[in-house]
Amino acid sequence: MAPILSVRGLRKVYDNGFEALKGVDLDVQPGEILALLGPNGAGKTTLISCACGLSTPTAGTITVGGYDIRRDWRAARSLVGLVPQEITLESFEKVKNTVAFSRGLWGKPRDDAAVERVLRRLSLWDKAEGNAITLSGGMKRRVLIAKALAHEPRLLFLDEPTAGVDVELRRDMWRVVDELRRDGVTIILTTHYIEEAEAIADRVAVINKGRILLVEDKATLMRRMGRKVLRIDLQAPLATIPERLGRFGLALGQDGRQLSYEYDTKAERTGIATLLAALAEEGIAVADLDTEASSLEEIFVDLVARDGSGPAAEPGEAA
Amino acid sequence: MNWRAVWAIFRQEMGRFFRTFWQSLVAPVISTSLYFVVFGAAIGGRIQEVEGVSYGAFIVPGLIMLSVMTQATSNAAFGIYMPKFVGTVYEVLSAPVSAFEAVLGYVGAAAAKALAIGVVILLTSTLFVDLRIQNVPAMVAFLVLTCLSFALLGFIIGIWARNFDQLQLIPLLVITPLVFLGGTFYSVSMLPPAWQDVALLNPVMYLVSGFRWSFFGVADVPVAVSLLAIALFGGLCLLGVWLIFRTGWRLRR
Repeated sequence: MAPILSVRGLRKVYDNGFEALKGVDLDVQPGEILALLGPNGAGKTTLISCACGLSTPTAGTITVGGYDIRRDWRAARSLVGLVPQEITLESFEKVKNTVAFSRGLWGKPRDDAAVERVLRRLSLWDKAEGNAITLSGGMKRRVLIAKALAHEPRLLFLDEPTAGVDVELRRDMWRVVDELRRDGVTIILTTHYIEEAEAIADRVAVINKGRILLVEDKATLMRRMGRKVLRIDLQAPLATIPERLGRFGLALGQDGRQLSYEYDTKAERTGIATLLAALAEEGIAVADLDTEASSLEEIFVDLVARDGSGPAAEPGEAA
Repeated sequence: MNWRAVWAIFRQEMGRFFRTFWQSLVAPVISTSLYFVVFGAAIGGRIQEVEGVSYGAFIVPGLIMLSVMTQATSNAAFGIYMPKFVGTVYEVLSAPVSAFEAVLGYVGAAAAKALAIGVVILLTSTLFVDLRIQNVPAMVAFLVLTCLSFALLGFIIGIWARNFDQLQLIPLLVITPLVFLGGTFYSVSMLPPAWQDVALLNPVMYLVSGFRWSFFGVADVPVAVSLLAIALFGGLCLLGVWLIFRTGWRLRR
């Protein structure tokens, strides 16, 4: 299938000389949810801004649905919806009107039923007649999503949709994303909550200091890069870890009733068999075994740390 | 052409106007009445007629121009500055809306508001003086052109301004003085000769003069020159706006 978003050699140098993007290539397939994961200042927002026409790329090309965003800007932008990171709303505009306004901007005919559908989907219908200024922060963010969905985009950018949002609302947001996925809307969301990428994304792209470090299927990524922890419940508590088991780097927990062993699933030998044999040799009786995959967070921290000195300060990220 | 987008922007901007409908219209009515009381009654007692027109009637075109120019400028400046300031401009910039369409919406709305105020002042003034408009098409043309070109100027100011002070700077420090010095309340021929030459450098003078001509058939400069001046001014503003969108100046980063 042809990608809905295709980015080639994208570079962006801001007027102050800061190079926010240093040659980004990225393909996003229709219907998928891609999480763009990266620390503050990595270039996530700049990438989105370039794709939406808010920033002019210094070099490189971007196509949306096959349309070049500069040559066929009208066709390209018609397909795109954007939910910005910062909450920006006309304070004294009715919720209903601001959503209708977005529809109009995208050249769609007035359709009160469509506006109502969008507002209902985001549990905003009872606020439809209210002014934006009367809403809570989380509600305002929903209005922004409603505005972005008002013209039925095929590609939706969610720039940090759950930054500063409480847990309940975050789960709510994930539910909305899930519904949109079922409608076949392609979603690209930026986040620095790894939990979020883990919960809703199909693929994860890790970006740091203007470069994409990796794009991979979430499950593959976690399998490939994941470390696992083997937890061994003991029949009788241990006071200390026997010296001869020192080479395994075990940790003792639960009042001496549990040993944890961390291993790399990619390694040729996980060392599990050797460890179990060694335990038997020491006469340590095992009650139960359990393994736990490491989270995306650990993978991410690991990747960014290997990339160098960590987050870069980016003066242009805020807008 | 994305006409629906133009209409959406126009409607949203007009919505702001209608939310404060009474303020928007009552304020100019009151200030016009004050001008009539102060200038018409106080000064009009001394100046009976200017070039064959009663003083009260003579100042009407100038009064309308004064309000229309300042209103068109500040409405348009505010209209684009606010979305920029609040951040909502992202939506227009990311929408399938061309620069021309966006300008048409914003500037059209600002001009329409100014036009409405101009008409209200005209109607109010008929309560005070006996007005006869000699050339209605010319009057309407001057009024509309002035609304449009000053709305364009305001649009540029709104894009240029980085804070609220700058937003008010040009309307207060440039336009208002130019209107007062441009023969709003007097005929330029009443000035000492040296000042008459200075007045010729004031672009607003040409507009007031042409507009007054359409009412009374009397003017400080030939009406063709006035028309040329407003066309030139409007053209310059249009060029400025075109350049802004062309380069993304202070809009896209």
